[in-house]
Amino acid sequence: MPAASPSATSLGDRIFRWVTAISAALVLLIIGAIFVELVRHSSLSLHRFGLDFLTSTRWNPAKGEFGAASSIFGTLVSTAIALAIAVPLSLVIALFLVELAPPWISKVVGQAIELLAAIPSIIYGMWGLFVLAPVMSEYVQPALGRTLGSLPLFRGPPMGIGMGTAGLIIALMILPFITAVMRDVFRMVPDVVKESAYGMGATTWEVTRQVTVPYGIHGLAGAVFLGLGRAIGETMAVTFVIGNKHHISASLFSPGNSIASTLANEFTEASEPLYRSALVELGLVLFGITFLLQIGAHLWLRRLKKKMAVST
Amino acid sequence: MKRRSTGRRRLLNSAVTATAMGAALLGIGALTWILYTVISRGAAAINWAFFTELPTPPGVGGGGLSSALWGTVYITGVAAALGIPLGLLAGVYLAELGRHSRLGDAVRFGSNVLMGVPSIIVGLFVYTIIVLPTGHFSGWAGGVSLAIIMLPVVARTSEDMLRMVPDSLRESALALGAPRWRATFGVIFRAARAGLITGVVLAVARVSGETAPLLFTALNSPYTVSSLNEPTANLTVTIFNYAMSPYQDWQTLAWGASLIITVAVLVLTLLSRLAFKENRTWS
Repeated sequence: MPAASPSATSLGDRIFRWVTAISAALVLLIIGAIFVELVRHSSLSLHRFGLDFLTSTRWNPAKGEFGAASSIFGTLVSTAIALAIAVPLSLVIALFLVELAPPWISKVVGQAIELLAAIPSIIYGMWGLFVLAPVMSEYVQPALGRTLGSLPLFRGPPMGIGMGTAGLIIALMILPFITAVMRDVFRMVPDVVKESAYGMGATTWEVTRQVTVPYGIHGLAGAVFLGLGRAIGETMAVTFVIGNKHHISASLFSPGNSIASTLANEFTEASEPLYRSALVELGLVLFGITFLLQIGAHLWLRRLKKKMAVST
Repeated sequence: MKRRSTGRRRLLNSAVTATAMGAALLGIGALTWILYTVISRGAAAINWAFFTELPTPPGVGGGGLSSALWGTVYITGVAAALGIPLGLLAGVYLAELGRHSRLGDAVRFGSNVLMGVPSIIVGLFVYTIIVLPTGHFSGWAGGVSLAIIMLPVVARTSEDMLRMVPDSLRESALALGAPRWRATFGVIFRAARAGLITGVVLAVARVSGETAPLLFTALNSPYTVSSLNEPTANLTVTIFNYAMSPYQDWQTLAWGASLIITVAVLVLTLLSRLAFKENRTWS
C-alpha cells in the first residue's frame, strides 16, 4: 500500500464520511418526504372533509363523497382476527419447537417456517381466493351458520370471501413470522432457570407457564407488535379475499375492505382530483397508524432493554 | 402454593403437549397446503411458451409471460443497483463512522420505522414524486419504490455484519496507515463478505416478490419491455390482474407466475443461507 500524504488521506476520508452520512440520512429524508407528500396530495380531501373523513361511512366517487370509516374498520377488524388466530397458535408452535420436539424435528420445522416467512403475500392471496374461499363457502361458513347462526358474527350468505377469510389469510401469513421470533425468545431463556424448575419436579407445561413465558414476556410482546405491524398494512393477500366493498357489518361472512385493499383496487382508476386526494388521505391514515405503532414498539423495547440491563 | 395431585398435573401436561403438537401440525399443514397448491397448479402452466411468448388475449390459449419475466428482472435490477450501494454505505456509517453519533441513532430508529411502513404506502409515495411529475407510469418508478424498501433492510443487516468484525482488525488496518475508506472497503468488507452477501441477497429476495409498490408505479403492460420509461410488465402485478380476471387461461398463467416467483424467492433465500454458513471468515 503506498503511503498517502496526510492531506490526501483526510480528503479521501472526508468524502467517505460525507457520502456514508448522506446515504444514512437518506432513510430519514425518505420518511419525512413520505409524510410531506402524502399530506400535500391529500390537501384537497383534508380541507373538504376535515375530521368527518375518519368517521363517515359514505364512499361514493360519483357524488364526490368520501369517508374512510369502513376502510379503517376493515383494517382494524381483519388485523384483530389475524392476531387472535396467529398469536396463540404461534405461541404453542414455538413452545413445541423449543421444549417438546426432538432436535431434528425442531431444526427441520424451524427452517421450513423461516422459508415460509419469505413467501410473497400475493401467493397467499392467490391461494386464499382459489383454494381457501371455496372451502370456506362450501364447508366452514355453512357449518358455522348452522351451529352459531344466531350470533350476528356468523350471519349472511356463505360467499367464501369476506372479513373472516381475510383475517384467516393474514393469520397464516404472519404465523411463520411471529413463530420464528417467539422461538428465538424462548431459546434465550437460560437453561439453568428452566432446569431448576424441572429439578423441583415441575412438568413441561408448568415450566413454560411459570418460568419461560414470564421470563420472555417482553420479547413475546415484541413479536406480537411485529406481527401487528405486518398485518395492518398487508395489501395483496387481503385484496384478493376481503370482498372489496365499502361496507361495515358485524358478520364475518360479509364482504368489506381495508385501507390497503381500497388503495390497491381504486387508486389507478381514480381520475377525479378529489377522489385521488381522498385515497391519498387513506394512505396517510395508514402511514400514521403504522408510524405510531413502530414508535410505540421501539420505545417499549428500549425500556425493556434498560430494565434487563439493571436486573442482570 | 396450592397442592395438586400428580395425576392431574401429568394429565394437564399431556393435554398441553397434544395441543402444541396439534397446533404445529395445523400450522405446518396449512402452509404445506399452500406450497402444494402453488407447485401443482403452477407446474401445469409451465412450458416452453411460458418463458418465450407474449400473453395472448383471453380465449385464444397458449401464450406466455416472457415480457413480465424480463420486466421483473429489470425492475429488480434497478432496485438492486440503487438500494444495495446506498444501503451498504448507510450500513458503513451506522457501523463504522457514526456508531455512537446522534445521526446514527436517529437513522437506526428511522430504518426500523421505514421497514414497518406498508409497501403500498411506498408505492403511493413514489407515485407522487415520480409518476405525477413525469406524467406516466414507468419501470424506473417501480425500481425506485423497491429500492426504498431495500434501503433500510440492507442498511441494518450490513451494520450488524460489519459490527461482527473485531475492532483489532480495524485497528491493524489503520495502524498500517490506511485511510478509513481503504480500511473499510479493503479489509473490513472482505472480512464481513459472507454476511454482507447474505443480507443483500435476502433483501433482493424480499423485494422481488413485492406487488403493492408496483401497482401505482410500474403498473403493468402486455408488451415486450423496450424501455423502462413506460409502464412495464412484471410478474407480480400480472398475477394480480390475471388472477382477478374471469378467464381460465389467464388464471392458469397467474399460477405459473406464482410458481416462478415462489421458487425464485425460496432459492435466493436458501442461497443466502448457504453463503453465510460456508465462509464465515471471522469466526
